[in-house]
Amino acid sequence: MKYKSQKVAYWFFALSMLLLVLQITYGFIMGFARVGLDGLHDIIPFNTARAVHTNLLVVWLLSGFMGAAYYIIPEEAQRELVSVKLAYVQLISLALVGVTAVIGYHFNWWEGRKFLEIPRQLDYLVVVNVLLFLGIILVTLFKGKRRTTTALVLSMGLLFAALLYLPGMIPFDSQVKDSFFRWWVVHLWVEGVWELIMGGILSFLLIKLTGVDREVIEKWLYVIVGLTFLSGVLGTGHHYYYIGVNKIWLVVGGIFSALEPLAFLAMALFAINMYRKGEKRHPNKLALYWTLGAAIVSFLGAGLLGFAHTLPQTNLYTHGTLVTAMHGHLAFWGAYAMIVLAIISYSLPNITGRKLYQSTRGRAAFWLSNIGMIGMTVAFGVAGVAQVYLERKFKMEFMEVQNEISIHFVVLLICATVLTLGIVLYIIDFIKHGKPTDEALEIRTS
Amino acid sequence: MLSKKQARAFFLGGTVVTFLIFIGLTIYSFSKEQDQSNYENITEEVVRGKKLWEANNCMGCHTILGEGAYYAPELTKVIDRRGKGYIKAVLMTPVPWEPNGRKMVAYGFSEQEAEDIIAFFDWIDDIDLNGFDTVVSPLAKDKVTN
Repeated sequence: MKYKSQKVAYWFFALSMLLLVLQITYGFIMGFARVGLDGLHDIIPFNTARAVHTNLLVVWLLSGFMGAAYYIIPEEAQRELVSVKLAYVQLISLALVGVTAVIGYHFNWWEGRKFLEIPRQLDYLVVVNVLLFLGIILVTLFKGKRRTTTALVLSMGLLFAALLYLPGMIPFDSQVKDSFFRWWVVHLWVEGVWELIMGGILSFLLIKLTGVDREVIEKWLYVIVGLTFLSGVLGTGHHYYYIGVNKIWLVVGGIFSALEPLAFLAMALFAINMYRKGEKRHPNKLALYWTLGAAIVSFLGAGLLGFAHTLPQTNLYTHGTLVTAMHGHLAFWGAYAMIVLAIISYSLPNITGRKLYQSTRGRAAFWLSNIGMIGMTVAFGVAGVAQVYLERKFKMEFMEVQNEISIHFVVLLICATVLTLGIVLYIIDFIKHGKPTDEALEIRTS
Repeated sequence: MLSKKQARAFFLGGTVVTFLIFIGLTIYSFSKEQDQSNYENITEEVVRGKKLWEANNCMGCHTILGEGAYYAPELTKVIDRRGKGYIKAVLMTPVPWEPNGRKMVAYGFSEQEAEDIIAFFDWIDDIDLNGFDTVVSPLAKDKVTN
């Protein structure tokens, strides 16, 4: 590491890991409930587990993005963060808001709007927290010696992510409007500005790991985020087909969301090409695995599997079924979970000074978690397709169908166990790196 | 070959143009003539029903307008499918129960609350969903009318 203040990233990453473990735990509660093992129902009913599972996903990814920004921005801007103390205040308040929300969900304290369940009172705290975070990052960038495209794209992604949180806070009488603007947050986050964050982190990692000229990488970064927005903004329409708004969205959403895989394909090709072009062989192979893995799996999960049910003719049947869960799991894993795990794998040895690059444990973590997640995706996919046919083609009753497909959730649980094994190994590796230290300052790995 | 400047122009230009179109389409969709959600039929009861729907995170198990958690049945056309009496009984029961083997929280709503939620479902029932309601099994009109 080059700047002392980069150490703060470690604690954001540690929080990420903790929340990831909790997220997986609640995933298991839901998985078991689906095969009839719902003994926890009285304390943690399905809707609580579900809200915790998805919200923890958002919070651990955000914590990972924030950690990434605290690590990347000093190095890109060539100066220390303006205030380390405030960064710690921000970390603690983020953890507190997250934990309060999660506890609240167990006591029926929530908003009950998919992905945005956080109660309104806590929403305001989230806003304050994110403003503080952005303040630290943007002022550091502003006072920095240089403003790189990578830093700019990353910061822009974070800034827009904060701004786009606001439409989700507007109260509506109509469920249709509520849903419409909820997607402004959720869709424009994950298929829009979060991709800027992902692109920024990816570009930083590729510069460091491949040694390809910054100008080349950053030029392609613009092309990729350009493609993302070009397709993703109007692609929001694929959420508007059947929720009670004009048919025009069938056309607009259909065309533009069908183009969304292009951005992910470009990202995958870009990462692979830069790797091939690069003459530098960085010793941190694990970081490279996760970086290239993120680019490739995001194309599969977000690009291809998203495309599989984005056309209105298909979505008419798959809307509101487990097919969405299939796409959702691999998309979030590939695009966002893996990029966070990539930046952690890259930065951890630099922050702690322990270069555990070649561990078998690290490689096993990568393969087990990926194989597990792909297996889960297949299980969701088979269950989803069966559900579509039985329920929507053959008009069987909901619960009859659920009983028919419950076997696929046994497979899901087995694959989830493999994923968990991988994550546990990753976290053991994380802990083995030890704490951040100023002594790591001299070590230049980039 | 594409320069970095051109790449940036592509990014900024594409974003601004698509975003403006997006805003335009949003305004168009919610103009009075294009409304297909019977917005004017939203009563105080419907709003109270929506609040109860959210306050209890019903979407955390069920789906409505195809959105939710896929653990419990789609409720968009639930009134056509089950009738108001059945729904009211489900909402008001103080005893935990397991419809077809899957547990549902016993909310024990008051009569007024149950009426409000039913009013909300009633309003949802009349929304023009661009054909979704005729395809999806639990909501399928052909099944209901048979």
